[in-house]
Amino acid sequence: MSIPPRQAAISIRGLRKAFGGQPVYSGFDLDVRRGDILAIFGPNGCGKSTLINMAAGLLATDGGTILYDGRDVADVRVGYVFQNYREALFPWRRAADNIRYPLRLMGLPKPEIERRLERLATSFRVRFDLHRYPYELSGGQQQLVSIMRALAVEPEVLFLDEPFSALDYETTLSLRDLLQAVLKEIGVTTLLVSHDLEESIVLADRLLMLTRRPTTVADDVPVALPWPRGTAALSSPDFVAIKARCLDVFQAAVAA
Amino acid sequence: MKTLAAPVAGAVGFILLWQVAVWLRVADPILLPPPAEAFTDTWAALVRGTLALDTWRTVQRTMLSFLIATAIGVPLGVALGAKESVYRSVEFVVDFFRSTPASAMFPLFIVLFGPGESTKIAVAAFGAALVILFNAAYGVINARRTRVLAARIMGASGPRIMADVLVWEALPQILVGMRAGVSLALVIVVVAEMFIGSTDGLGHRVINAQMLFESGLMYGTIFVAGALGYALNLLFLLIEKRFVHWAGR
Ligand SMILES: Nc1ncnc2c1ncn2[C@@H]1O[C@H](COP(=O)(O)OP(=O)(O)OP(=O)(O)O)[C@@H](O)[C@H]1O
Ligand SMILES: [Mg+2]
Repeated sequence: MSIPPRQAAISIRGLRKAFGGQPVYSGFDLDVRRGDILAIFGPNGCGKSTLINMAAGLLATDGGTILYDGRDVADVRVGYVFQNYREALFPWRRAADNIRYPLRLMGLPKPEIERRLERLATSFRVRFDLHRYPYELSGGQQQLVSIMRALAVEPEVLFLDEPFSALDYETTLSLRDLLQAVLKEIGVTTLLVSHDLEESIVLADRLLMLTRRPTTVADDVPVALPWPRGTAALSSPDFVAIKARCLDVFQAAVAA
Repeated sequence: MKTLAAPVAGAVGFILLWQVAVWLRVADPILLPPPAEAFTDTWAALVRGTLALDTWRTVQRTMLSFLIATAIGVPLGVALGAKESVYRSVEFVVDFFRSTPASAMFPLFIVLFGPGESTKIAVAAFGAALVILFNAAYGVINARRTRVLAARIMGASGPRIMADVLVWEALPQILVGMRAGVSLALVIVVVAEMFIGSTDGLGHRVINAQMLFESGLMYGTIFVAGALGYALNLLFLLIEKRFVHWAGR
C-alpha cells in the first residue's frame, strides 16, 4: 500500500538488522499513516519485537532510517506497552504513581498530572482502586495500568508488544474493547504486535503479515470494518472474508 | 502463640539437657556450672552494670562499623553493578577478600590503624563493607531489564534510571547484604575485643571470665552475645519485610 508522504506518520526505509551474522531485516520498507492502527502478525522469531523495538528506539539498527514526520525517534513522544506487565510496572510504586511517573519526568505541573490521571481513569472505566500496588491487582488490571501509563504522556506513537498474550480470553475481550474505543477516540498512530489473527483484524486499520527470516511482507491487508468492532463484528461476512484471506496467505507464505 | 510454642520448647529442652549433663558430671563443675548458677552470676554482673556496659560497647562498635560499611558498600556496589564490565574486573578482588578470614587481617590493620579502638572498627567495617558491596552490585546486575527499558522509553535519564529503578530493584538484595554485614561486623568486633588490647566489650568479658574461672559469667556473656546476634538478625528481617513489601510478588 503506498501512502502519500505527507500523510505518513512513520516512514521506514532500507532497514537492516542482523543478530550474530544472521539477518532478520535486510532492506525493509514500511509507511504507516497518521492515526492508523497497524497490526503486525507473523511466526515466532520472525522479528516483530525487533521491529517495534528499533522503531521505539530501544534497539539500535544496523542500517536504514526510521523517521516520524522526518524526525528521529528521540524527538518523538512515544508510549510502549510490554507483554510482561509484571516486569514492566514498578512494584514499589502504587498503580496511580506508576501512571504519574512519566508525567513527573516530563515536569508537568501537579494539577495537570491529576487531570490526565482522572481522564484516563474515566476513559478506561476504571473501577478498581488505583491506590493499590500493582501486585495487589489482577493481571488484566495490571496491563490496563501499563496501557494507561503509556497513554498518559499523550504519545504521538504507541507501541504494543503482544499486550494480551498473558491474559485469559475473557479479560482479553474486555480490554480489547476498551482499547479500541480509546485509541480511535484519541487517534494515536499505533503499532500492535499480535500472535492472534482474530485480535489483529479486530483492532487494526491495516494488517501486516510477515514471513519467516529473512523477514519480508507476505501480505498487507487493509481492514475496512466499521468501528466500534464488538463481539458481533467477529461473525460479520466482511470479517470472515478478511480472516479467510489472511489464513490463505499464512498457509501459502508463512507456513510454507 | 503456636509459633512461639516450638522455639520455647526447644530452649527448655536445651536447658534441661545442660542440667542433666551437670547431674551426670560430664565435665568438671568449674568448667560446666549448673544453668541456675550461670544465670545468677550473669544477672549479678548485669545489675552491677559491668556486663551491661560491655554489651553497650559491643553494640556501639558493631553499629559504627556497620554504618561505615553501609555508607561505603551500598553506593560503591550500586555504581559498580550499573557498569557490569567494571564490576567483572574487580569481582575477583572483592570475592577474594570477602573469603579471607577477617582475623587474618588483624596484624595488617594494627599496622595501619594502631592497636586501639580504630583498628576494631576498621576491620569490622572492611569485612562488612565487602559483603554489602557484593550484594548491592548483584542486586543491580540482576535488575529486571524490562523495567529499565520502560523507564528509558518514558524519558528517564541515566541518573534517573539509577535512582528510580536500579536502586529499587536492588533494594531486596541490598538489605540481605546489610543483614549479613551486621552479623559479620558483630563477629569481627567480638573477636577483636578478645585480642586487640581492650578493656571492655563482650569479647573482652568472655576471655576475662575464662581466665578468672568465672564460668557462670562466661556462659552468660556468650549467651548475651548470641542474643545480640539473633536480635540484630531479627531486626533486619523485620526491616526487610516492612520496606520491600513487593519482594517475591
Ligand atoms: N539480542 C538478541 N541476540 C541474538 N538474537 C536475537 C536477539 N534478539 C532477537 N534475536 C533473534 O532475532 C529473531 C527475531 O526476534 P524477535 O524477538 O524480534 O521475534 P518475534 O517475532 O518478536 O518473536 P515472538 O513471536 O516469539 O515474540 C529471533 O530469531 C531471535 O532469536
Ligand atoms: Mg516478540
